[in-house]
Amino acid sequence: MSVAQTEPVLKETTRDIVAAWDRTTSSRRLYTVIGLILIAIGFVGSVQYADEANAGHFFERLPHLFDFLQWLIPNDWNDVWRALFGRPSPLANGSEAYDFASGRVYIWGDFYIPEYFELMITTLNIAIFSTIFGFLIAVPLAFMSARNITPSPAIRFGARRICEFLRAFPELVFAGLFAAVLSAGPVPAIAAILLHTIGALGKLFYEIIENIDMKPDEGVRSVGGTRLERIRFAALPQVLPNLISYGLLRLEINVRASTIIGAVGGGGIGEELRLAIARGFGAKTLALLLLLFLTIIAVDQLSAWLRKKLVGEHQFLLAH
Amino acid sequence: MTMINTFDRRDIEARFPELLHRTRWQRFGAPLVIIGTLLYVLYAVWFFNLPKMVHEAHWERFSIYLLQWVSYDVQPQFRVKDNGTIDIRYPRFSVLGDDPKQPAWIKTEADGSYSVDMAGGVHIGRTETVVNAHGTSLTIRTSGTTPVVVGAAPAWVSASADNVQVDLGLSGWLSIDANRVKVVKRFFGWPNFIFDPTSPFFGKSTSEVVSLLTSGERIDPSQSNLSLAFDNFWNNMTWQHGDVWTKLFQTIVMAFLGTLLGAVVGFPLAFLAARNITPNRLLNSVLKRFFDFMRSVDMLIWGLFLTRAFGPGPLSGSGAIFLMEVGSLGKLYAEALENIDNKPREGIRSVGASPIAIQRYGVLPQVMPVFAGQTLYQWESNIRGATIIGAIGAGGIGLKIWEAMRTNDNWQNVAYMVVLLLIVVYVFDMISNKLRSAIVGEKMI
Repeated sequence: MSVAQTEPVLKETTRDIVAAWDRTTSSRRLYTVIGLILIAIGFVGSVQYADEANAGHFFERLPHLFDFLQWLIPNDWNDVWRALFGRPSPLANGSEAYDFASGRVYIWGDFYIPEYFELMITTLNIAIFSTIFGFLIAVPLAFMSARNITPSPAIRFGARRICEFLRAFPELVFAGLFAAVLSAGPVPAIAAILLHTIGALGKLFYEIIENIDMKPDEGVRSVGGTRLERIRFAALPQVLPNLISYGLLRLEINVRASTIIGAVGGGGIGEELRLAIARGFGAKTLALLLLLFLTIIAVDQLSAWLRKKLVGEHQFLLAH
Repeated sequence: MTMINTFDRRDIEARFPELLHRTRWQRFGAPLVIIGTLLYVLYAVWFFNLPKMVHEAHWERFSIYLLQWVSYDVQPQFRVKDNGTIDIRYPRFSVLGDDPKQPAWIKTEADGSYSVDMAGGVHIGRTETVVNAHGTSLTIRTSGTTPVVVGAAPAWVSASADNVQVDLGLSGWLSIDANRVKVVKRFFGWPNFIFDPTSPFFGKSTSEVVSLLTSGERIDPSQSNLSLAFDNFWNNMTWQHGDVWTKLFQTIVMAFLGTLLGAVVGFPLAFLAARNITPNRLLNSVLKRFFDFMRSVDMLIWGLFLTRAFGPGPLSGSGAIFLMEVGSLGKLYAEALENIDNKPREGIRSVGASPIAIQRYGVLPQVMPVFAGQTLYQWESNIRGATIIGAIGAGGIGLKIWEAMRTNDNWQNVAYMVVLLLIVVYVFDMISNKLRSAIVGEKMI
């Protein structure tokens, strides 16, 4: 029996349904195909463009892709631990590549914090401090932007524009501007990340606040509650777990952001890592990568655990 | 009005003990969190030495730089020569060009002295400079070996041994030596934005330029006036339109390429990582840890390594975004896949469809809108991310902004690039919102 004979014979009405289905889906298929072709053209074009504009070209440099592994492999694997904990290296020859001990920060007598831990603490502090303050400023701003809380369109308009502006404004420029005012170091990084955090959180928060159940609000209003009391007793209890979990998510993002801002001159571990890679210090680079990687994982896990406790399994966008 | 008596209260307490006896955490949790946060803030203030930083900050620079975003200055220098005449010189790269004509705001008086139209009027003579500003008239004698302020010096004048600085607020300032007066006059706007002084179109009015473009004689015989004008605009020395726009385009391409490649690679991996699609616990958790790894290493570190491997440029930037996006999108896709409804899959499997067909008709229709929405969101946020990693050499406009800021006198160029970036971010925000609501419907994701 051939395949063609196994095809079921369709009834008249069924055939009509199949034809109608084909008609309705044909235009959608056409759009899908056009969309895919456009994406493919864009893709090929951008690959070529990126390759041409780059200093080294892809296929020409590909054989050398793992060249950096040569300098990354330290002469003595124990140097990675020594670099991490600030112990002097037996290979020390006066060059900076093996100078692990001079960056120690002495706290009490002979007790010291290794240089890289101190830098990691700086980076973490930048992230935590700016997240806390960003959160505290974003919450009132979000309440001012929410339609169901703030009746005045002028205040709402102003607060929303502030959020959008702070969110879209490049962090890099904030960092550069504050570095000129406050001199380079961690404080300009705080200012840059803080301002961006206000914008990003403010926008997320007001969308959450606009989706609350208004019945508790009516209840508080019916017994003569002022606006502050309405926010405190009707709106805040509904949104606080959500707000805090988005704040924690922002903390994860800010740890990464403060590392990056550090690399472009904001101090902290980012700068040290950039210098170590640029100068080809194998053991130092590995020690820094290890520390940074473990810290990011620890912060992510801690924040995920806290978020799970606060709001349960809830999908979050990994928004920057 | 009903009152609760003791018996009622006991009754309620017996039935709903959790209402009246809250756990320790419920009672003391919130105050503890607040006290902990406060203590942390105090520690951080001490750690960063914030009071000292704020006290020593040069806040006046803030307004100077912000002013420089929207203004420029012209700095003519008036020198008294030995023979008694005064000549005017402009520094190199002045916005008026290397050989400017005397602008209308400097007038030559009959006796060879000059008056400059600044504040209430500044008169520069051979032996003295008279400044009319802030409601008074001030004379500075320059006949001796050092400049001398006649009378008591007001607060807006600061005199040192051989130099007098006169602050004229928004209109600029003067620096007066014994035989030289440097005038810095501030103008608002972005000068030379279209043509720089080396262009033959410089200094012509709009109507003159339009008539030259449409019907004028060829200025350069080898090309039409239109192409000459475009060339002059594109290669404008101060504003560098061509370079800025190319770099901006690179940033957009980096984000597009990185996100798209990340989506293409993350897509099949997410099917293998999702518990319900691939029932292999080991493979699932290996892939999920892989996603976490790619995401945790972060754009910056990938960027630093790739710029070492491929040299600075957008290829390295795209690669960095790609490697991070494999992790981010893979994780997001896998989470979306694990949340699907399994009934359509079972239905399709029950009629004997192949494994590929099960995914195509049972899974994809459910997750495609979520995938598309999240990919668009990541693309949009990567445009912002690509700006920052550009500054470490990974291509795009980031490095250009960073360099313009570091030289500390190109704040107008910084403003120009920021405005362009804000427009790009805003436009992509809008496009991605439109596309998302077209794909997903009005539901917020």
